[in-house]
Amino acid sequence: MVVLDGELTIYRAAELRDQLLAATAAHPDGFDVDLAGVTEIDSAGVQLLMAAKRAAQSEGGDIALVGHSAAVTEVFELLDLAAHFGDPLLVAP
Amino acid sequence: MNMDEALQTFIAEARELLEEMETALLEVRQADDPADMINAIFRAAHTIKGSAGLFGLDFIVSFAHVAESVLDRVRDGGVQLDDAVVTLLLACCDHIGSLVEATAAGQTEADAEMTARAAPLLAQLHRHLGDDAHAPEHAPANASALVAAEPILQRMPHDGNARSADHWHISLRFGTQVLRNGMDPLSFLRYLGKLGRITAITTLADALPPLTELDPECCHLGFEIAFKSSADKAAIEGAFEFVLDDCAVRILPPDSRVSAYIELIESQGESQPGGPARLGEILVRCGTLTQHELDDALARQAQGDAEPLGQMLVSQGSVQPPVVAAALTRQKQIKEGKATENQSIRVDADKLDRLIDLVGELITASATASMAGRTVQSVALHEAHSTLASLVQEVRDSALQLRMVKIGATFSRFQRVVHDVSREIGKDIALSISGEDTELDKTVVEKIADPLTHLVRNSMDHGIEPVALRAERGKPARGTVTLNAYHDSGSVVIEVGDDGGGLNRERILAKAIERGLIEAGRHLSDAEIYGLVFEPGFSTAEQVTNLSGRGVGMDVVKRNISALRGAVSIDSEAGVGTTVTVRLPLTLAIINGFQVGVGSSVFVLPLETVEECVEFNAETGHDYAQLRGQVLPFIRLRDLFKVPGAPGARQSIVVVRQGAQRFGLIVDRLLGEAQTVIKPLARMFAHLQGISGSSILGSGDVALILDVPALMARAGQAEHSRANAPAPATSLASMSN
Repeated sequence: MVVLDGELTIYRAAELRDQLLAATAAHPDGFDVDLAGVTEIDSAGVQLLMAAKRAAQSEGGDIALVGHSAAVTEVFELLDLAAHFGDPLLVAP
Repeated sequence: MNMDEALQTFIAEARELLEEMETALLEVRQADDPADMINAIFRAAHTIKGSAGLFGLDFIVSFAHVAESVLDRVRDGGVQLDDAVVTLLLACCDHIGSLVEATAAGQTEADAEMTARAAPLLAQLHRHLGDDAHAPEHAPANASALVAAEPILQRMPHDGNARSADHWHISLRFGTQVLRNGMDPLSFLRYLGKLGRITAITTLADALPPLTELDPECCHLGFEIAFKSSADKAAIEGAFEFVLDDCAVRILPPDSRVSAYIELIESQGESQPGGPARLGEILVRCGTLTQHELDDALARQAQGDAEPLGQMLVSQGSVQPPVVAAALTRQKQIKEGKATENQSIRVDADKLDRLIDLVGELITASATASMAGRTVQSVALHEAHSTLASLVQEVRDSALQLRMVKIGATFSRFQRVVHDVSREIGKDIALSISGEDTELDKTVVEKIADPLTHLVRNSMDHGIEPVALRAERGKPARGTVTLNAYHDSGSVVIEVGDDGGGLNRERILAKAIERGLIEAGRHLSDAEIYGLVFEPGFSTAEQVTNLSGRGVGMDVVKRNISALRGAVSIDSEAGVGTTVTVRLPLTLAIINGFQVGVGSSVFVLPLETVEECVEFNAETGHDYAQLRGQVLPFIRLRDLFKVPGAPGARQSIVVVRQGAQRFGLIVDRLLGEAQTVIKPLARMFAHLQGISGSSILGSGDVALILDVPALMARAGQAEHSRANAPAPATSLASMSN
């Protein structure tokens, strides 16, 4: 389980990439990404998640996004990405 | 761009477009191939509507929209372009013009008067659209009515050959630097959400490198968006304004042809992994294309058909041939339009005026410099001055050239005048134009339009006979008014002619005697009699119409033309027609002058009017001389202007020509050519006869510029008043008597 929190934006993109790279290397058959603590996400963040998913898939594994925060849900809806990631989106009550 | 500037550009363009629209409307009925012209008219209306929308000028948009819809029907043959429709569209053109002018005056929405004026037009337009439902009671003076009228605007019939996707399709490929430049693609999409509704979106990450190679600060995303909105293309494009340099944006309007989508697939698909086929699928997913349409087009393309895409789709039956032809010509026209556009720039008229003023000062200064230089016996300085003088002259010529405009634009405006007036007075009259490439000063062009309008109306009203009379005289039923222009010895000549009945010599004479303009029993030449119609309060029209015949006009025409230092004359042949000839100076600012001295005064003549200079043999008591066997009337400038002092021993005659007439001026000294900057005379000298302006010499002295037409008239009179003048045997004398 990798926990990403705070801003998933260009300002932290390099750091997040290293984090995801490390996780991919450590868990070749896949891992969960917890997005519950994400307060903001931009194109750079979306791009990183897509790249991470593809990286995991190329190793034969997959990643699962869990606990989408409101910020993440909004952007996924804007870009119609839910199907792309294929993870259940929990709509906040 | 500054919004105000942009608005000014819009207004200027709209004016031009309306002018084009009017010209095309006037010619379309005579055109061999009206399709091009109808397209031009439609484009003009469409462009004005589009740009007005950009500035939120809804009152223009809503009106132009209805006009455009009717034009669209005209284009597809649904509405016959007959006389009534042309007249209606001309009226619409005028109305749009008045709306644009209102915008120029700072108005941003329609006032009650405009709405009232628009109502009858809109009612008629809607009648042509076949829906009386939108008749004037809820005249679309606002955008909501525009939406109501939307279904009328069908670009193409919805059959199997046309696309029926009713949403915009937006294709975005963001550049890699977007994020680094501080812009987030997401914010553009959010903004788009304000303009309409994103009905489908596909995020493309095909360009995304593997995580190991990914530079996380570069953007690799693209989007294909189906977008439902009533905004226009400019507004949608505006959403991406800040990122246009950094992003490939392609926007396809609703109901675009299949070929447009195919083209999109080809162009955007090239640059992306997966190729065109993948992009095609995305379009299908967005609901923009149906799978069937895509398969068909791609399969054809894959067969390696060398034929161009447009042709391919036609043979395939996807697009109607005329549509493709229209699209191709439009592309060509746009290209050509751009080519000419690049060759000219818009310059503020004030800046040009300032330049001309400066050139004027330069000429005076250079004359002063070379005069001062003469006192210094230096060959080098003298040479430098003569080089300078010739350069200054070239600068002057090119500066003046900048102000020269072709008279064609002014002439073609009269198509409208003739069209309207001939309807009004119930005569069938055509306008024939020649010499439209003749150039003259912009100021002159502006000021000549009114007098010309009067002359043209006059020709139509009084010149051209009623149809019955024309038939009786064996003339074609359709009368012709001609406008012609050409250059002649430093002036521009404009002729307004008609093939009507000609002036009635006897009636003019009778009227002139009745009004006390001339004495009965005096013998007058034809030219003199015809010239009487330019006298104040002179009119021979038996019926007073709304246009002319009220006795005001021709004298005003003459006064306006004289104010431009021009002259007007009239020539007529009974039963054949009348021609009014207006002679104008090329420019109002700077002329090539010929300086002459009388006593200590210097006078300037326009060089073009000077024919020759001969020695004067003082034969006292006569005001005429013999020039190669011909009688030459002359004026002694010394007497005319009461210059003090006795005449010198060797006086000269300067032979001056104006039109076909010549006369002489007796002067003391000939000073030669010099460039002359014309300074208008102060108001208190305006009544002076024979002087048209003043100029400052290199020495700082003032020289008066002689008004040749006025002097000519005086020379004629002087000779006429001679009781024992020799019999006017020569043509020269008979013309000037």
